[in-house]
Amino acid sequence: MTAVSDARLLEVRDLSRRFGGGRTLFGVKKPQLTAVGALSLDLQKGETLGIVGESGCGKSTLARLLVGLDRPSAGTIRLDGEDLAAAGRRAVAAKVQYVFQDPVSSLNPRHTIRAILEAPMRHLLGLGKAERARRLDQLIEDVNLRPEFLERYPHEFSGGQAQRIGIARALAADPDVVVLDEPVSALDVSVQAQVLNLLERLKRERGLTYVFISHDLAVVESVSTRVAVMYFGALVETAPARAIFAAPRHPYTRLLIDSAQIPGRQRAPKSGGSGELPDPYNPPPGCAFAPRCSRAEEICGEAMPGLEARSGDSQHHVACFNPIPLAAHS
Amino acid sequence: MTSAAAAAVTAESQPRRERPSTLALLLNNRLAAAGLVVLGLVVGAALAAPILPLADPNATDPAHRLAPLFAPAHLLGTDALGRDILSRLIWGTRVSLAVGVSASLIAAVVGSAIGLVAGYAGGRSDQILMRLIDLLMAFPYILLALAIVAILGPGLINALYAIAIVNVPFFARNIRGITVGLARREFIDAARLSGKGPLRILWSEILPNVLPTIVITLSTTVGWMILETAGLSFLGLGAQPPQADLGSMLGDGRKVMFTAPTISLVPGLMIFLIVISINLIGDGIRDALDPRLRSGALARPSFRTAIAEPLDRPTAPLDAAATLDVKGLRTDFRMGPEIYHACGGVDLTIAPGQCLGLVGESGSGKSVTAMSLMGLVPSPPGIVTGGTIGFRGEDLATAKNERIRTLRGSAIAHVFQDPLATLHPLFCVGDQIVEAIRAHQPLSRSEAEGKAEELLTLVRIPNPAERMRALPHELSGGLRQRVSIAMALANDPELIIADEPTTALDVTVQADILRLLDTLRHDRKLAVLFITHDFGVVSEIADRVAVMYAGKIVETGPTTAVLADPAHPYTRMLIDCVPVMGEPERRLDAVRGRPPAVNQLPAGCSFAARCPRVEPDCSTGEIVLDEKRNGLQARCLHPLEPGETLA
Repeated sequence: MTAVSDARLLEVRDLSRRFGGGRTLFGVKKPQLTAVGALSLDLQKGETLGIVGESGCGKSTLARLLVGLDRPSAGTIRLDGEDLAAAGRRAVAAKVQYVFQDPVSSLNPRHTIRAILEAPMRHLLGLGKAERARRLDQLIEDVNLRPEFLERYPHEFSGGQAQRIGIARALAADPDVVVLDEPVSALDVSVQAQVLNLLERLKRERGLTYVFISHDLAVVESVSTRVAVMYFGALVETAPARAIFAAPRHPYTRLLIDSAQIPGRQRAPKSGGSGELPDPYNPPPGCAFAPRCSRAEEICGEAMPGLEARSGDSQHHVACFNPIPLAAHS
Repeated sequence: MTSAAAAAVTAESQPRRERPSTLALLLNNRLAAAGLVVLGLVVGAALAAPILPLADPNATDPAHRLAPLFAPAHLLGTDALGRDILSRLIWGTRVSLAVGVSASLIAAVVGSAIGLVAGYAGGRSDQILMRLIDLLMAFPYILLALAIVAILGPGLINALYAIAIVNVPFFARNIRGITVGLARREFIDAARLSGKGPLRILWSEILPNVLPTIVITLSTTVGWMILETAGLSFLGLGAQPPQADLGSMLGDGRKVMFTAPTISLVPGLMIFLIVISINLIGDGIRDALDPRLRSGALARPSFRTAIAEPLDRPTAPLDAAATLDVKGLRTDFRMGPEIYHACGGVDLTIAPGQCLGLVGESGSGKSVTAMSLMGLVPSPPGIVTGGTIGFRGEDLATAKNERIRTLRGSAIAHVFQDPLATLHPLFCVGDQIVEAIRAHQPLSRSEAEGKAEELLTLVRIPNPAERMRALPHELSGGLRQRVSIAMALANDPELIIADEPTTALDVTVQADILRLLDTLRHDRKLAVLFITHDFGVVSEIADRVAVMYAGKIVETGPTTAVLADPAHPYTRMLIDCVPVMGEPERRLDAVRGRPPAVNQLPAGCSFAARCPRVEPDCSTGEIVLDEKRNGLQARCLHPLEPGETLA
């Protein structure tokens, strides 16, 4: 275990982000929403951590916290042992970068690609003109774009090309960690593969560590080494990718996997729905999934289960009092 | 959705056609061009005042006072003190223009700066700045200007300050509104991550994007500012005697208005000319800079897609047993000199109770095909140029508008991708379903309400009676889509056209909605045209699938056969490039290149340029969609055999 902890790159401890709250001018309480609640997570050097969850589960808020676009209400994020809150945004941005979901709207329509890609080099690294030009050539080649694209404007590019520019921008400052927030979900299916393959190659060549956020389980399975499942602002299960897809322990993970559409598979119609998310302004006590869960017991409605290894596998953590037994999968 | 498809079509057009320049667009607008000529003459004369052979504007000559028009040596006559009006007019115009333009510039700079800072900083700074601006606006402007002049004393420069200050809120509010929208855009986050500080982001990221708005606002306010300057001078608070400006000339003329009306008429006419020419130019600039006006998106939507005369109709008889029987459907987008064949000859057949999955990438024409069926493609630029659209043996392409209106939302219903965009945000969902029912059925309100509640129960919405009164934004995405489906079912349709109905939903909700649609179509013998880009969704719901590429169907057949052993290489590649759950090790084969632009399709197969199995004969002649093996049709000369993979 010591070898693993040495390679720990990012340490997230009890991270929370709440929106709203406080009081109005007249002392009336404003509603408060917990987007991310007391979340702890470790990121190992060189891994790809896939974070899956449905809309509203807080995965994008977590991503913004990790890159310093948002400040946590409580908790700490440490990169190589250094607290990010103390480091300041520029220092964070030099080490942790972000790839946006919508490639076109993340590029300023009135800047050339050169200006967009040079900005991180100039403002984060303070590189001179000659060095910038040298790196730019390398970067544009790395993401399979032609050098003449540098003088063009974002609207002239297709979605796939624009996303490659977005990736190039994230890599311009030579970060250690790249947080990818749904990087392929806005792209056409035939283009998704190009971008996924490119990400894989860049990771290998540059020794990057990825946090890959997506709602698409098939994509997450194909790129991740480890997967974390988020529900209602908290992690409910983390495990190596193979283990979690082969033998999910949390009933919510099971539901997600069963809901995915697989080409060539036609399911027998199941009666009843999968239920609705709880009201975020009025969260249920205990486990947030309990009202939808078929395995719920009395304790699930009273106490919040901790995320811990509940079987022999020390890598497989699940936040559930009554996890699906491993035997059920064999 | 069609405009998105059209945009995709445009975006893919290569080489990119240059947009006409702003100046060309401005000159193309006749009124703006006329305004430009008039203003050019006025400004030219004002600028040239020192070198023109004019009399001294301030030299009095009581002997020749109140000379009429065309008097010798005084073309426009003289005023009460015998001063030459032509000379005063030109010098006065010079002063008025200078004051008006510089007041506008000052107001623009100060107001925009306040708007930018307030909009970007948000929170408390925004509140304080905007409340101050509100305070400034709440004052009657002339009173405020008077107060400012009263404090600073009368004089042209003080009038200039007053007018600038009075007009600051106009810019501040406009620019703040746009900045608030821009500050939340992703490229601003990206700039932050690039290490840019707030000031640099304001200057280099936001300002370039609000500049067009500042210019538009400026061009429409300059005229107003000149009027205000004249107003203050008319009241004696601006230009002081003997200096001439248009407002003070007007004021001087007022005293002798009945004996010598031309003295006030001439500067009045000049003010009119300046202001109207500036306003015409301002409108022209706005039209030229605003991208929505430029693309013609604000044109009145037509009731139905235009149908070409004569329509190129296939002669084959329509299948009356099928719910939908489309033959040779062609829809073009005519944009300028270019013709985009978005839907280039599509055949579709759906029997009652059957679901056809129409699969394709964005820009492949699948949405345009679906929208063409009921004439929902906006015209211009859309036009149906060929085909028959058989609905139970009746041809919709040649049906009367009244017939289409009856069918829309009753026998043929649509479900769209984003229910938040298709449901009206201000009416509760119950009322919207009731409206849909009563548009086609002679039911009383309470009967319709009862039916609406039944429909909500049918689509398995919990507490339907309570949810009837919910507004769309109060429902989750899945519930909203259920409401859309309930509306589609309101008038017992025979055909439902579902355009990516589950793409915007989460996986668990998506599975629920698919299950619901599947049950409904079996129970009610509904024919469903299901448009999607996702083969996983297709295999869940569709009996048959049709794959579209560059406006044509390239492969069609039973879902299981197409997914297991497609004959067309494009279908094979489309299946292979998507990761599949349970097969993480599978290599993803990206499809090389991009689809051809549908305004310049190559001869032969549209996919030839990207196809690994391409042969010389692929690039010649028309390739037909024909049967390759049991039930599988493909538009390919060298189809894949069962079990064969792409090398």
